[in-house]
Amino acid sequence: MIFPKIKVLKSHGWQYIPDLNAVELTDEFRGRPVLTSTEDMSDVEAAAKMCPTKAITAAPFSLDMGRCLFCGECAIRAPKNIRFTNDYKIGSTSREALMVTPQCEAIDFHPELVREQIPALFGRALKLRQVSAGGDASVEMELNATGNVNFDFGRYGVEFVASPRHADGVVITGPISGNMAEALDICYNSVPDPKLVIVCGSEACSGGLFADSKAVDRRFMERYNVDLWLPGAPTHPMTFIDGVMNMLKLKTR
Amino acid sequence: MIYHITDNRASAVALKDIPEVDYAAIYNDLKERLCDEHYHVAHYFATPESSRLKFYIVLLDDKEQRVMLTSFAMEYYEEVALPSLTAIHPALHVFEREIAELYNVEFDSMPWNKPLRFPFNRRNRNSTMDNYPFYSIDGDSLHEVNVGPIHAGIIEPGAFRFVCNGENVLHLEIALGYQHRGVEHEFTSTDNRLRQTLLAEGIAGDSAVSHATAYAATIEKLCGKSADSNLWVERTVALELERMAMHIADTGALSMDVAYQLGQVASEALRTMTINTTQAWCGNRFGKGLIRPCGSNKPLTAEKAAMIRENVSEIRHRYSEVVDDIKSSPTLLSRFEQCGIVPKAEMQRIGGVGMAARASGVKRDIRLSHPYAAYGSQIEHNSIRQSDGDVMSRLMMRCSEVLQSADYIEQLLASYKPTEISRPDYEAALAPESLAFSLLEGWRGEICHVAITDAEGKIATYKVKDPSLHNWLALAIAVRSEGISDFPICNKSFNLSYCGHDL
Repeated sequence: MIFPKIKVLKSHGWQYIPDLNAVELTDEFRGRPVLTSTEDMSDVEAAAKMCPTKAITAAPFSLDMGRCLFCGECAIRAPKNIRFTNDYKIGSTSREALMVTPQCEAIDFHPELVREQIPALFGRALKLRQVSAGGDASVEMELNATGNVNFDFGRYGVEFVASPRHADGVVITGPISGNMAEALDICYNSVPDPKLVIVCGSEACSGGLFADSKAVDRRFMERYNVDLWLPGAPTHPMTFIDGVMNMLKLKTR
Repeated sequence: MIYHITDNRASAVALKDIPEVDYAAIYNDLKERLCDEHYHVAHYFATPESSRLKFYIVLLDDKEQRVMLTSFAMEYYEEVALPSLTAIHPALHVFEREIAELYNVEFDSMPWNKPLRFPFNRRNRNSTMDNYPFYSIDGDSLHEVNVGPIHAGIIEPGAFRFVCNGENVLHLEIALGYQHRGVEHEFTSTDNRLRQTLLAEGIAGDSAVSHATAYAATIEKLCGKSADSNLWVERTVALELERMAMHIADTGALSMDVAYQLGQVASEALRTMTINTTQAWCGNRFGKGLIRPCGSNKPLTAEKAAMIRENVSEIRHRYSEVVDDIKSSPTLLSRFEQCGIVPKAEMQRIGGVGMAARASGVKRDIRLSHPYAAYGSQIEHNSIRQSDGDVMSRLMMRCSEVLQSADYIEQLLASYKPTEISRPDYEAALAPESLAFSLLEGWRGEICHVAITDAEGKIATYKVKDPSLHNWLALAIAVRSEGISDFPICNKSFNLSYCGHDL
């Protein structure tokens, strides 16, 4: 029947975010941390001790977003030194750039590190094959959300495809479980050249809580080059969108 | 009496109070007792204890709200075969398979001793994902279809092997373990309770609130600091928000798979609104950071409670319009109805839990049978059930539970008076040589966490059970004799967790 459909349509209204560059997240959102050194660093030392993924070092003072799970407990333990902002623009082409220091006012994307052929070949259409290797389904759901009715990242030609043969690159989520290591390798090798690798989520960037687990096998990271590092637990859809748009030179942070 | 009787709200139990009996006594008791549908086993696991292997069983009496604990032991290297309970009650297959895989315990006359998840600490290292022999059927007119471990979408990995006769599925075998990260082992390899909390949140990201609540409740029982009633109200609101978000997401996913785009996009938008409500409360769309042992960092303020009530009311209104549209669309009903049926008796036999079990008419709902949080106190829970056990029933379960959750949230927050909520406590000493468990009804179903402490009060064993552990077999049964093209909607109607199963 048509009437119930009209009702749904009317209530649904217009959900599309017209300008993805103008998105601001709620103040509660924990994105890029801001660090402040103080004379007494004992709170930072305590925070570093409790940090579940050893993302914080007190001397020299730094916080590695590639390890951080954004639980925010350090900001509660050391409120004078650590604060989380709602800045979701935290992806980078450089793993080192995820290391936040007291001088850091924004995450440097390092556009100069993007291989020239990436924006040239994929700037108008980028098809990605996602591989979950021990991901907890939250990053996966956020990647699904990038294509939904709200974010509609497909408007820039960025989409996820079913076959690696149709893909231009692989998006890895999860710490890379040993039982998935071979499948991930096969998938990567099935993507035709030239191709790129995006690691999505702090667990994929560093192994997260499972960095030392015997069930995890991260040799993939030693063998292949990573083009884009996207921290988060899970990575917010806007972090993914911002990172990929920068990589494709569709925007500069 | 071979059981120690307790309940879901009681505190931790000293290990010495849990009877250690002969396996024969347990076998004989469970053989009879489990024929009564009011009883089911929530957990059954083994753990090394000095030179012995100690087995614990958490048995639930759904009628009397009782939790019954018992145990037995054997020498670590003792080579005796235990008569298999799975042979009589197939619901126990996951537990016996896990014990066999980890400790090489032999279960006599067990119908199918299939590896459960190929964990890194399995006894037989020669048994791997790659050399696993799938069940096969010979026949000139049959063919096999292999799907996975990587699927055609942004979804977790698992391997599905179909044996098909033409377009019809004769048999589906599901092999899991690809997501194994060593979660239970990580719980015991650290004393950092914040780290353990985050591990709990990551057991299954779509059930972060449920698993974190199960962990927090387990720890609170062990340290004897029961959370105050306002904190339990907040947790109940968070749990019901999670249930709403995931049921709405699955309504959208089912809509997508039958090309019902209107329902898909409307549900996507409503899920976004639900998880953004959670984000506005705690800073994370999945509720990570919200649930902490003994307190909260994100207590509900009057403003946030008002924001949640307003959003939930709108979501409820718009979602009910989607439900009306589904019910009045014959093209959708013809896809969903009489597809992927799991009859009640079958669901009962394999030990199905949660909303999938209730869709088949099985009474299984921890909120009702073993109340916790605000259930059974502030909320008089009415457990929704369907009877047909098909895709439509599972969809209707979701539709009804979303509206029910919205009502519960409204009911709880309408009378909510914010008070001072304590801060989380990551240091409180745990009772030594004790066992604590926590049972709760996540959106998928029954979650059970069990912790055992050693003489110093450190967690020596931590066991996690996600409802998916039981329900994967239900999916395999649902697709039998269906067209293989109906597999996606059967799969989405369950939406089971891979990482929650593989741990």
